[in-house]
Amino acid sequence: MNISERQEGDVTILDVSGKITIGVGDVAVRDAVQTALSSGSLKILVNLEEVSTIDSAGVGELVSAYTTVANRGGRLKLLNLPPKVNDILQITQLITVFEVHDDEREAIASF
Amino acid sequence: MSSAAEPQAFLAVASRFENIELVQAVVEDLLSRLDLDGDTRHWIGLAVREAVANAIKHGNAADPEKRVEVLLRVEEGTVVVKVKDEGGGFDPTGIRDPLAPENLLQPGGRGIFYMRNLMDQVEYSFGPAGGTEVTLRKRITDAGAARGAEEEASG
Repeated sequence: MNISERQEGDVTILDVSGKITIGVGDVAVRDAVQTALSSGSLKILVNLEEVSTIDSAGVGELVSAYTTVANRGGRLKLLNLPPKVNDILQITQLITVFEVHDDEREAIASF
Repeated sequence: MSSAAEPQAFLAVASRFENIELVQAVVEDLLSRLDLDGDTRHWIGLAVREAVANAIKHGNAADPEKRVEVLLRVEEGTVVVKVKDEGGGFDPTGIRDPLAPENLLQPGGRGIFYMRNLMDQVEYSFGPAGGTEVTLRKRITDAGAARGAEEEASG
């Protein structure tokens, strides 16, 4: 899995690709969000378009990232959910927790 | 009908998270020999990932000296996966509901819930000398579904 970071104004976008699964991808997501917070970003958009698989550990990391950012007074939103990631978030009703966008411009403007 | 042609596999792996990928590769190879759509293969594979992850993390406490055994087979139109660890067992009835409002934002506690949603049946058994074995079942043909219904009716 790979995560690359880019900046659009004051919004930090994390482009995630590959598997967000236990032992590898889950830690990488945690580190990337922590790095963004440490550099002062409070508007984080996680682009999941290229994610092939997410497991319960990966879902747990997204939830942790969401609450960590919220506790700092920031907001974490999701962009471009692949159908299988969408299904996984539906099953545990987390789709009602996250703000999800499918258009990057709109997502950036929503912060 | 003989089941000799039905694919099966047995693996024993050390309790390291990277070995989940090894198990996944075998699962995908086995499922690719069946007449299954991509989504069904994906969801069965994910359920197996969760079972193996639980065995490594919770069962064997990520001790690489402890093994996780995985048995995969297809019998009478049903994919059957057994995952066994060397841990001390747990109480499946004590699993919290991840959909409860107070649990919705918890970082963990969703693995078994996902398995139960993605598969038709998830059963736990505990060996007298320790070790937890979880059995996952997913019907993949109408014939398997019919036989499963008969077994439930007669059971």
